[in-house]
Amino acid sequence: MWKTIVRRFLLMIPQLFVLSILIFILAKFMPGDPFTGLITPETDPSRIEELTEKAGLNDPWHIQYVRWIARAVQGDFGMSYTFKRDVASLIGERALNTFWLSFLSVILLYAIAIPLGILAGRYHNSRLDKTVIFYSFFTYAIPTFVLSLVFLYIFGYKLEWFPTSGSVDIKYEPGTLGYIWSKGYHIILPAITYAILGTTGVIQYLRSEIIDTKAMDFVRTARSKGIPTRKVYSKHIIRNSLLPIAAFLGFTITGLLGGSIFIETIFGYPGMGQLFVSSISSRDYSVITALVMLYGFLTLLGSLLSDIIMSIVDPRIRIE
Amino acid sequence: METDVLLRIKDLHIGFRINESFYNAVDGVSLTLRKNEILAIVGESGCGKSTLATSIIGLFDRSNTRIQGEILFKNKNLATLTEDQLNDIRGLDISMIFQDPLSALNPLMRIGEQIEEGLIYHTKFSSHDRKRKVLELLKQVGIQNPNRVSRQFPHQLSGGMRQRVMIAIAISCKPKIIIADEPTTALDVTIQAQILDLLVEMQQETGAGIILITHDLGIVAEVANRVAVMYAGEIIEEAPVKELFLYPKHPYTRSLLHSIPQMNSYTNRLNAIEGMVPSLKYLPRLGCRFSSRIPWIRKEAHEKRPALHEISPGHFVRCTCWKEFHFNKVKGDGTYELYAN
Ligand SMILES: Nc1ncnc2c1ncn2[C@@H]1O[C@H](COP(=O)(O)OP(=O)(O)O)[C@@H](O)[C@H]1O
Ligand SMILES: [Mg+2]
Repeated sequence: MWKTIVRRFLLMIPQLFVLSILIFILAKFMPGDPFTGLITPETDPSRIEELTEKAGLNDPWHIQYVRWIARAVQGDFGMSYTFKRDVASLIGERALNTFWLSFLSVILLYAIAIPLGILAGRYHNSRLDKTVIFYSFFTYAIPTFVLSLVFLYIFGYKLEWFPTSGSVDIKYEPGTLGYIWSKGYHIILPAITYAILGTTGVIQYLRSEIIDTKAMDFVRTARSKGIPTRKVYSKHIIRNSLLPIAAFLGFTITGLLGGSIFIETIFGYPGMGQLFVSSISSRDYSVITALVMLYGFLTLLGSLLSDIIMSIVDPRIRIE
Repeated sequence: METDVLLRIKDLHIGFRINESFYNAVDGVSLTLRKNEILAIVGESGCGKSTLATSIIGLFDRSNTRIQGEILFKNKNLATLTEDQLNDIRGLDISMIFQDPLSALNPLMRIGEQIEEGLIYHTKFSSHDRKRKVLELLKQVGIQNPNRVSRQFPHQLSGGMRQRVMIAIAISCKPKIIIADEPTTALDVTIQAQILDLLVEMQQETGAGIILITHDLGIVAEVANRVAVMYAGEIIEEAPVKELFLYPKHPYTRSLLHSIPQMNSYTNRLNAIEGMVPSLKYLPRLGCRFSSRIPWIRKEAHEKRPALHEISPGHFVRCTCWKEFHFNKVKGDGTYELYAN
């Protein structure tokens, strides 16, 4: 198994290589140039020419690409023109913010969705089931920004239970207990919103898995042994019904760094999603290329992780 | 109840809900199973055999199934018990073996664990004793390396091995009754005989009564003591096995035994039995249910409300239409002979 995992990792290299060329070329075609933020209408054209020459932008694209990729593999994605700082450390900071937000919301999401999905499936067609279906379609039908704004309005502005933007209160020194507390406090409301919006899929999926699994032959065998119903559920029905969710877990884990564009933007939370949007609108393409590369890598990693997880939870699946 | 009677089913009806109405898949079945007996239930697929078998220990979806009649076991009517009450009987007194041994085992659980499960709730064995019992059971059902197999998962075993495991599960608590629903149908022909032998051997060792469901009459002839033939949710003929094979009466039984068409001497038409069991919703429920498949028999030959008649000791036939039904019996040398009525 370890051999295969290493091989899969090595296989990612050519995939990422192709992705990097594509991204690089696309970035070249993007309107605007990296000096947009540095120049004003009064800037002397020869000054721009000088900057362009100095940045190596007059070289053929493949030379530029090699230069870029050589630095990228060392973790140097250049400077952000809008933030005036090193891209790697900028993304690192945002990724950490996004990670904590996503982590809390994924935990909340599963804590809500798994019990509801199981109960709805177990008591299929009951009053409880119908209530859960109503809840999940209701949250499914609400657009992300509407729920976010409603929550922000009620719990942020009206009740003032939670802060309405940012990731930490500036009055705290990094590393202090107050700082950590403040960080946690800032993610609660966006995390709850994000979690609630994500529950629909998991609930519906799990519910229908439970209903299908209940009718399976091996469940009938389990019942024919005379074991208590709760054991039939815990050892047979639920375990098998959770497989598809496990199959997706790898992507869920790598998705922790992806961030939600809507949530982060609305809650003014400085994470990856917000960075992605702002870097596109300001054409900060050293940031864009780094982010797209990172997302590409995370997707590949997610699929590998999912395969590894499946091979652990399902004995029929072996990574060969 | 006579002392050697294990199970007595009286006028059992089992209906499934289809669009808010119930349709009976088992329609007034009465049966008796005695100690040390192998009772075969035969019939085409869709006759209601599995419905009958699984309903004995209540393995149906309660919200969509209606059950009427009596299933008497140890002075209890199983048809009226709750799931929890049934759990004290399932696996311990009555156990089941199913058709497809791949889908019948949990793919995520080791073989040993799946055999052990019943022992946890029906015996007072310590964990150590249970593990030993599992290995013993595996050996008993003819598995060569029980240690290894108990740690394997279902997909790592062959079909025959899996069915052996199912048998090990079924006999783990020494049940009084084993219900086997087409236990060999999904297996290779070469394996079928082995599994059947094993089943008979286990029955002789434990003295259990077996209800063996099958559509393979070869199996019936080989192992059964008594046979009940089901058609469209009813038993249409029941007899000791020899009697049934020598003197089948009901047209359906005869057609199952020898599907050889016969020239009708009056009309010179080939009178083959055609068609298949109608689906549940369109099952004929008035008069002789088989009449639509033997349209050349006079209407008057059928009873209005066909009942089971005992035509010789222990031999029951439903309806009177069999008296007009003549079918060739193939003899060993390939020549035909009419069945005597
Ligand atoms: N759960 C169910 N819901 C509705 N109809 C069913 C159900 N189970 C079986 N049936 C129907 O009942 C009839 C008898 O089925 P079954 O007992 O499986 O027959 P057999 O085992 O003899 O092939 C068939 O028409 C089948 O379609
Ligand atoms: Mg069947």
